[in-house]
Amino acid sequence: MTLTAENAAARATPESTAGTATVRPPLDPQALRADFPIFERLIHGKRLAYLDSASTSLKPRRVLDAMDGYNRRYTTNVHRGIYTTGEEATAAYEESRVKIARFINAPDPHEIVQVRNATEAINLVAYSWGRRNIGRADTIVLTELEHHANLVPWQLLVQEKDADLEFVPIHDDGRLNLQTYEVLLRTRPKLVAFTHVSNGLGTINPVREMVEMAHAAGALVLVDGAQAVPHLPVDVQAIDADFYVFSGHKVLGPTGSGALWARRELLDAMPPFLAGGEMIREVHLRRTTFNDVPWKFEAGTPDIAAAIGLGAALDYLADLGMDRLREHERELVGYALEVLPREVPGITIYGPASADDRGGVVTFNLPGVHPHDVATLLDRDAIAVRAGHHCTQPLHERLGEAATARASFNVYSDRDDIDRLAKGLRSVQRVFDRPTSESHAATTQASANDLD
Amino acid sequence: MDDLYRDEILEHYRRPHNFGTLPSPTAVHEGANPLCGDRITLMLGISDAGVVDEVAFTGRGCAISQASASMLTDQIKGKPLEEIARLSGQDVLDELGIEISPARLKCALLSLDTLRHALADRIAWQAGTDVAAR
Ligand SMILES: Cc1ncc(COP(=O)(O)O)c(C=O)c1O
Repeated sequence: MTLTAENAAARATPESTAGTATVRPPLDPQALRADFPIFERLIHGKRLAYLDSASTSLKPRRVLDAMDGYNRRYTTNVHRGIYTTGEEATAAYEESRVKIARFINAPDPHEIVQVRNATEAINLVAYSWGRRNIGRADTIVLTELEHHANLVPWQLLVQEKDADLEFVPIHDDGRLNLQTYEVLLRTRPKLVAFTHVSNGLGTINPVREMVEMAHAAGALVLVDGAQAVPHLPVDVQAIDADFYVFSGHKVLGPTGSGALWARRELLDAMPPFLAGGEMIREVHLRRTTFNDVPWKFEAGTPDIAAAIGLGAALDYLADLGMDRLREHERELVGYALEVLPREVPGITIYGPASADDRGGVVTFNLPGVHPHDVATLLDRDAIAVRAGHHCTQPLHERLGEAATARASFNVYSDRDDIDRLAKGLRSVQRVFDRPTSESHAATTQASANDLD
Repeated sequence: MDDLYRDEILEHYRRPHNFGTLPSPTAVHEGANPLCGDRITLMLGISDAGVVDEVAFTGRGCAISQASASMLTDQIKGKPLEEIARLSGQDVLDELGIEISPARLKCALLSLDTLRHALADRIAWQAGTDVAAR
């Protein structure tokens, strides 16, 4: 395992013991890249400019080593083996729960349910809490920003229960319209569910204020932290929501890991979601008593290696400092918001104007060029961006675009990535703006794609 | 210049052939690529003899999907249905004449997929009216 100077410095001053706040230098993305083996390979002969971290993040060696250690040295099921490796596996799996709790400042690790991803966590709440607590004509309030993962489970629930969905609209700059939110809360919804940070536009929502307003209206609140936990310091006690979810694979961790945090009394009262082994206490042929939380919600053999990998990822990020990561991304977004409009004529950038209101996400379009074509051409220069609707079709309908292109960041992203993006976008424009022969011109119809 | 975006593709994208709608089509289908939300609507005017006399499409999408739709509509215009039914994905790719990566295959084949659905819908509809007539 290689230790970068960064890492070593970070370990020397763990934040928990920093009585007097020591100001640490900004993150050094070039040095940190040494921690990510993917950068050892070249793509089309070039260093990968990975600008799709909002989709999934790259994995540092520390995560790979932790997973490899489990797979090679103590592969065993958890909570079953009465032998050395079984106890090691159980300890490592449970240690990850503690690390998750610490990372988001949950008061009690028993309030952390380990799941495969944010989607599973939201479905767990929709099926378990939702089916019991949402009834006919009840209202659930969502927003126009939501990822399909925080929309479709609620659609299914209200269809089943004959309940209603309401949506907080966005302003044109991608910030939520809080006046309308206030009005919607007067319908006394049972639940409000919204994203902490928008994966489509990067908008950082005023979660604390929104939770307070929802609670005052008598609603419970689920916050989708899939794009917040990887990019900002998150404190679920300060946010004071009732449910908070995230995916491990966006937090430098492996796919197949993630967490639901919920207040203990809610988890205790909720019926099981998936049923089978592990979630039981006593099983008879016709009746079963259930395990305590959180294991009541962890039926079947979990993705143990992934859970252990997530613990290592959170250690890695805690050592770097989430406040420094946030500052790094704020600086990068600010740079992108300044450089792209200057260097790429005609580019449209969506979302909040100020980097202060944005996570590490910049969503854009080039006039007359479809984002798929943008992404294909950028790939030739080893620049990876996302193109499509980013699982936010309703948001794209609101924007009036079928698709957009998106660049998103993490610890290993730097200004060079953005400079390469700007240069790459200019060459996309050169491909699409060049004159072509008229030999294939249509005789009758005008094009819908000329001006877009 | 870039092969994938060679002149002919770009020309079809800028000025797609058969772009528009038909006043009274005999077969219509709206196809969508769930990956990116791109859509095309294909309209066919099929004669009693089973020949595609008229064809038109609308929609927005990437250069590959639009060029593919433009070329495919050229290809099927005036052709009998039996011949159209034999069109394969490979035929469409050959017509495009470019290397398509797996991630972009859906874009290239959206128009063919939409065409197949339009024809299947029409057959189902005809079967339905036959039953109703009996
Ligand atoms: C805001 C948001 N919510 C939920 C999800 C779903 O995450 P997963 O696919 O890991 O369950 C994502 C992933 O893109 C997201 O960005």
